[in-house]
Amino acid sequence: MSASVLFDTPGPKARRRILLINVIGILLIAGLLFVVVAGLAAKGQMDPELWASLFTSNAWVNFLLPGLLNTLKAAGLGIVLSVTFGLAFGMGLLAQAKALRWFSTIIVEFFRAVPVLLMIVFLNILLARTGMVNGTDSPFWAVVISLMLYNGSVIAELVRSGVRNLPKGQREAGIAIGLTTTQSLRLIEIPQALVAMLPALIGQFVVILKDSALGYIIGFTEFLFFSRTFAAANGNMLQALLLAAAVFIIINFSLGKLAEFVSRRLSSRMPSAKEGANPATDIEAPITPPVAPIDPKV
Amino acid sequence: MDNYLSLFTEYNIAAAFWVNIQLTFWAAIGALALGTVLAMMRISPVRSFAAFGTAYVNIIRNTPLTIILLFGVLALYNQLGFTLSDDFSQNFFNLAVMGLAIYHAAFVCEAIRSGVNTVPVGQAEAARAIGLSFLPAAREVILPQAFRGSVVPLGNVLIALIKNSTVAAVSSVAIEASSVMKTMLEFRGDMIIPIFATFAMGFVVIIIPVGLLTTWLSKKLAVAR
Repeated sequence: MSASVLFDTPGPKARRRILLINVIGILLIAGLLFVVVAGLAAKGQMDPELWASLFTSNAWVNFLLPGLLNTLKAAGLGIVLSVTFGLAFGMGLLAQAKALRWFSTIIVEFFRAVPVLLMIVFLNILLARTGMVNGTDSPFWAVVISLMLYNGSVIAELVRSGVRNLPKGQREAGIAIGLTTTQSLRLIEIPQALVAMLPALIGQFVVILKDSALGYIIGFTEFLFFSRTFAAANGNMLQALLLAAAVFIIINFSLGKLAEFVSRRLSSRMPSAKEGANPATDIEAPITPPVAPIDPKV
Repeated sequence: MDNYLSLFTEYNIAAAFWVNIQLTFWAAIGALALGTVLAMMRISPVRSFAAFGTAYVNIIRNTPLTIILLFGVLALYNQLGFTLSDDFSQNFFNLAVMGLAIYHAAFVCEAIRSGVNTVPVGQAEAARAIGLSFLPAAREVILPQAFRGSVVPLGNVLIALIKNSTVAAVSSVAIEASSVMKTMLEFRGDMIIPIFATFAMGFVVIIIPVGLLTTWLSKKLAVAR
């Protein structure tokens, strides 16, 4: 509270007033929850039967777990490929050769501007038509490749801004010990940039996981798809969608916490230049983690 | 070439983009209003409001947009009979706008909060030192700088919203870009790549000016510190 620029540290009178508003706030929020639950109950949606069927072994073994497995497979492969793509094109953005830099810029800017869903729909049909992959596999690969192209482009930008934020001396030192600029980039600058970008990178993994749910639209049999199939047979769509959302929230929230933890660890490991008490550690890791860009993707 | 041009006479591509722009426009207004309220709650000294704002952001930000939009159609409309318009297709459009607004409000909230964080505490202290009380200090000193500081993140939210408006396809909004592209790809197998290129370039053409505009605005409005 005292950290907020909008408010003074409250005195005794203001504290009493805040307490009163706080109580009103709690009552309002509790009231809101009550209205929602009572409304659902009035429509028969709180019927235990509708919720219980989601926690049977039939639901999990035959529907939810296979779906979750497909989601995790697509997201996992998407993460690996995005990081590879991001490193390759991140180096391209930083390359000395002008042609390579231009090429990488066009690729990165293009795939960041095109909606992921558009790529998924297009690739699904392209892959199936041209027979590049087995027809039943084409939704999976459409999702994975689209995730790679979009998130890889975002990661390439992260790599570039991470390297840009390094002190110039890092490259100069690399060249001084006889490395070429490419070697200095690969051996000295990118590893440091990646460590600094780790929180933002983990944040991007949340985006990949959420985006994998777009596969639902082209019939990729992921978690949401199977949740819906199960709910259609059991007449509990509302409950099933809430459960699906809860599973995504738990996984993504944990990833977000991991990113926060990593960022705290990094900031304690990397003394900021201002403190400068220990020149030795300053030389080792003088990077301030760049601000994670807000990326409100699906 | 004639073959390519026939795509434009057979299908109304401009109308499809127009639907996405309309979805974006209404959802942006909703998200801005809701997001500003949430940001005010999050930075208020009232614990219960701050907790509500935090919970909203954490829950919505970690949920796939697909689920939020599906929830509107399959749970609210199909199962509970909740409607936002008597007109059948307008109802789906409104449900999609509502879902998009609810989702992006979480990111607007964070963008505005990041703007408030760019204002140094000393500014508030100075405002109080010259005798301004809370409201005038907020209105004259803090908020103008906070909004200038959040131009870039708000622009990023708007760009994401434009792209995410294609997900309205799951809300049964049938004439927006991704749905029209899907239909075209299915019926004109001879032109798969030109069709995709057309729609992709459509988004590039819409999004790059928005990005340039926010960068220009943020430089023009930047507060030199």
